[in-house]
Amino acid sequence: MIGLLSYAVFFSTVASILAIAVLGLNLQWGNTGLFNGGIVAFFGAGAYGTLILGGTPQPDHLGGFNLFYPLALIGGCLSAGLLAWVVGVLTLRLRHDYLAIATFGIAVTFENIMRNAEAFSGGAKGFRGFERPLRGWFGDGFVYNMGFLCAVLMLLFAVYAFQQSLGASPFGRLLRAIREDEDAARSLGKNPARIRLTAFIAGSAIMGLSGGLYATFYAFVSPQDVLPTLTFQIWAMLIVGGAGNNRGAILGAFVIWGAWTASGWALSRFAPLELQLFTGSIQYILIGSVIVGMLLWRPQGLLPERLVVSQSGSSN
Amino acid sequence: MGDVALRVEGIYAGYVPDLPILKDVHITVPRHSMTVIIGPNGAGKSTLIKAIAGLVNVRAGRIIHEGRDITGIRPDVLAGYGLSYVPQSDNVFRTLTIRQNLDLALRKAGAEAPARLAGLYDTFPQLADKRHEKAGALSGGQRQFLAVALALANRPSIVLLDEPSAGLSPKAAAEVLEHARALTEQGVTILLVEQNVKQALRLADHCYILAEGRNQIDGPAADLLADPIVGEIYLGAKRLQAS
Amino acid sequence: MIQNLIDGILVGSTLSLGAIGLTMVMHLLRFANFSHAELLSIGAYSAIVFDAIFSTMLPFLAAKIGPLSMTWALALSVVASMAITAMSALLIDRLVFRRVREKGSELSMVFASFGVAMIIRNAVGLIFGLGTHHYTKDIVFAVVLSRDPMILIKPDQVFTLAAALAIMIVLHLVLSRTTIGYALRAVAENPALAQVNGIRLSHMIALVWLVGGGLAAVAGVFYGLSNQISPMIGRDLVLPIFAATIVGGIGSIYGAVLGGFIVGIAANIALLVLPSGFSPSVPFIIILAVLLIRPNGLFGEART
Repeated sequence: MIGLLSYAVFFSTVASILAIAVLGLNLQWGNTGLFNGGIVAFFGAGAYGTLILGGTPQPDHLGGFNLFYPLALIGGCLSAGLLAWVVGVLTLRLRHDYLAIATFGIAVTFENIMRNAEAFSGGAKGFRGFERPLRGWFGDGFVYNMGFLCAVLMLLFAVYAFQQSLGASPFGRLLRAIREDEDAARSLGKNPARIRLTAFIAGSAIMGLSGGLYATFYAFVSPQDVLPTLTFQIWAMLIVGGAGNNRGAILGAFVIWGAWTASGWALSRFAPLELQLFTGSIQYILIGSVIVGMLLWRPQGLLPERLVVSQSGSSN
Repeated sequence: MGDVALRVEGIYAGYVPDLPILKDVHITVPRHSMTVIIGPNGAGKSTLIKAIAGLVNVRAGRIIHEGRDITGIRPDVLAGYGLSYVPQSDNVFRTLTIRQNLDLALRKAGAEAPARLAGLYDTFPQLADKRHEKAGALSGGQRQFLAVALALANRPSIVLLDEPSAGLSPKAAAEVLEHARALTEQGVTILLVEQNVKQALRLADHCYILAEGRNQIDGPAADLLADPIVGEIYLGAKRLQAS
Repeated sequence: MIQNLIDGILVGSTLSLGAIGLTMVMHLLRFANFSHAELLSIGAYSAIVFDAIFSTMLPFLAAKIGPLSMTWALALSVVASMAITAMSALLIDRLVFRRVREKGSELSMVFASFGVAMIIRNAVGLIFGLGTHHYTKDIVFAVVLSRDPMILIKPDQVFTLAAALAIMIVLHLVLSRTTIGYALRAVAENPALAQVNGIRLSHMIALVWLVGGGLAAVAGVFYGLSNQISPMIGRDLVLPIFAATIVGGIGSIYGAVLGGFIVGIAANIALLVLPSGFSPSVPFIIILAVLLIRPNGLFGEART
């Protein structure tokens, strides 16, 4: 019983952390129509940033600034935002495929650098040596994990509330206006490139928060955590949940993470031994099919975007 | 059908569902005539001509060309039916040479192609001189002639012209419009959208005035040219057009 | 240095073939197709299958062609693989992209292409195993062109470069001399005008997929001749090919050719200063440089 409960806590923690990243993506894609092909880069910047700033001193690579934890986490978000600024400034003026390709490229490059720049990131063996916050009070057991889940849920709710209020604000309407008709937005005297850049950086910083929490939870991060497949999983979560709908984004995170872990468990338990090696392949085919299938048959996702009634009265 | 080349019967059309730009528009274009559509900006003139060419979805009503219902037919099929359309801008392939543009238009002409190409060069000698230049390098007037030549390549029965004089010098504009008029003598029917109202009315046989996506007034071009009300609204007071 | 340059040109020819098809699709259908590199994978693996079939059924084809490691059977397989890959590209469009295109936005297409890439890559892994394959088990010795500086070149590499250039010349002739080529360029420039000039858009889209798929197959086999074939071909090549299209300017076929060579050469020259572990990052650095200096690429036009 306690095993099941502690697994439920573990599962919910990871799903909630990923849900934060899905919300970040929703701000970019769902609300503003920006395609981010490299979520892991921003997630990873948050993860590595948090560990480098907040970690204990390392003999063989950078890090160990032992910063007060909230500051380290904020630093992680800022590094993700900074990375987003670099990519955004260069690509957001251009047609949308440039952003898709450049973000995909930065994710590949980020993973590549983390794997090879040992002096910076610890290389392929990853970045260890991080003191989990408040460990002295709660210890390492179930109580700590419970407390950590509560903290993550609070942050998830905070991000959700932020994005909900943003959606209802004049800035949120502006984002949707740009998504629907950029020329019209420009004719109203708005600068779409700058507004998109703001949304892109904000979304990426939220992904950085998710990465920072992920690294805190495991007290470890390695290049294996920032593979392009994570980008793909987070998309699947948003597409299944419903792009443009914040509740859908959270629902999608739990559904897809649940399906992912369940399929992994089922394959390892029931699949014949010779197929075990291919568990990953089968899972990716399944998740790829889910994405393609959703786009073909239910592009609005499980919880469709509820459009605030606007004067034009028409959407797609 | 009789002497009617094209008939538009109460069409509703637009780019977005539930937001028709054209509302119950009727047009009849007599064969071998030049019919002009005028109206203020945003009246739906270009949308009408695009809808006829098959580029804008028609949600209700019918379009009849030479007795055949062509509503909802693909643009490339319409071209084969002898209905040609010259867009207002971007109406030639800029990255191809003049010769390549014309070869492309004539690619289904088979054995007739060389003769037709020669014919087009005769009609538009200014194109013949520049046949190996990229169409993007042409002057505005020359480009407009190339666009008309593309439209005429397959011996259409009707040519739809969307503001052919837009952006041209007065001299070039007059030349293009007079050329269009001359085509009707050769048996081509012309349906024209024009901002250059006075000149268009002088040359055209028949005129429709559109406003806010609906028919307003129509009649023989000469009558409308003389009509004081039309003159006041559409010919003299330009500032009303902008509103 | 010269060795790096030569290697770069050889890799570049493969990237160019891949980038030509990608730039055409991206231009015509207005989306970044992340599954294009998987067509190279399909091409490389189909050739393995055909090679086995041809050399078993017609043993005399298993002889090597001159100094090449390539057999007559493999040469024939390239043609068969082109056909299969071209048909696969068309089939994927019919099954997925065309249907998404009809109902969704360009962004949905990008997502769909990622999904398609995942499915193909992992299906290839399931069918052929996650390990590596080679077209030949023999070790082909490189010919020493010079000892100081040391310059090595394999006959296969010379052949692939020559074949790639020949294909590009044929493509150039088609585009600049035939009405079907004009039609392709016309559709790429102005789809609406092409339609009113009697060009059927769906046929041209199909043609672009067929050409793109066929060229991708050749690129995949050529890549496999000098590298290992693994299900990760697509993953490893997707960014370099995208970089080639961006260097050339999205939509420019000639730009893609040049872009492929530039990316191939730059990646190999970069190895002189960077540790080899960083080579996957080079295409992105090239993309950044192009975006900074000349955002629309060498031959591209501004288009939003």
